[in-house]
Amino acid sequence: MSGHGATQHWRNQRISAMALVPLGIWFVYALLAQPDLSHASVVAWLAHPWQAVLMLLFGWCALWHSAQGVQVVVDDYVPEPQHARVRLASRLLHGALALVLAAAIGVIATGGGA
Amino acid sequence: MTSNARPLSPHLQVYRLAFTTVLSGLHRITGLLLTASSLVLVAWLVAAACGPESYAAVGGVLASWPVRILLAGALAVFWYHLFNGIRHLVWDAGFGFDLRAARRSGALVLLFAVLAFGATLALTPAWRWLLGAS
Repeated sequence: MSGHGATQHWRNQRISAMALVPLGIWFVYALLAQPDLSHASVVAWLAHPWQAVLMLLFGWCALWHSAQGVQVVVDDYVPEPQHARVRLASRLLHGALALVLAAAIGVIATGGGA
Repeated sequence: MTSNARPLSPHLQVYRLAFTTVLSGLHRITGLLLTASSLVLVAWLVAAACGPESYAAVGGVLASWPVRILLAGALAVFWYHLFNGIRHLVWDAGFGFDLRAARRSGALVLLFAVLAFGATLALTPAWRWLLGAS
């Protein structure tokens, strides 16, 4: 990465990390506390608005943090001719995943998946 | 003193990995494994949104033996990355830099990760699922 934007990347990676400590623990706890992982149970779980919002926050923070981490790995290991393309591909993939995730949670939370 | 006794650059075939170096490498590797796991999370939620049939199809793949073991691994990796991430945040705040403290906090991270992994399996229905129920 060029010097420009590095400080912001560093700071943002810490922000997403701090957010993921409680959100990650919530996700694992909520997932494993379900009586079972049948379709009906999962839909009923995410039909609660707060649970859907938490799932969205967790998913978005996880994908944001993932994009930041993958970028560091790409900057370290992918040499120059391919570097810009691989970096862009990772950004686009993470962005697309964030949109798909939000759409899926939206459908489930509004009863569309039932 | 001959010139042979002088330190050389680390040579990978004879370089003795330090405990803290291994933990540092593990943080990156576990991070990439969690990136892969996030694809599973998105696929699972999309399947749930598409309806019971799609959910059952994806659930069948997730419940196959190799994937069960991978998901248990993802849970272990999650705890390691979380605790070691907290260790990194403490460093970023300016604490625990000397070698003894870094070794000790590294050992604590491993201990917490193993305990949290064991607890999440033992105290939730996860262990039953892992052993093949539903």
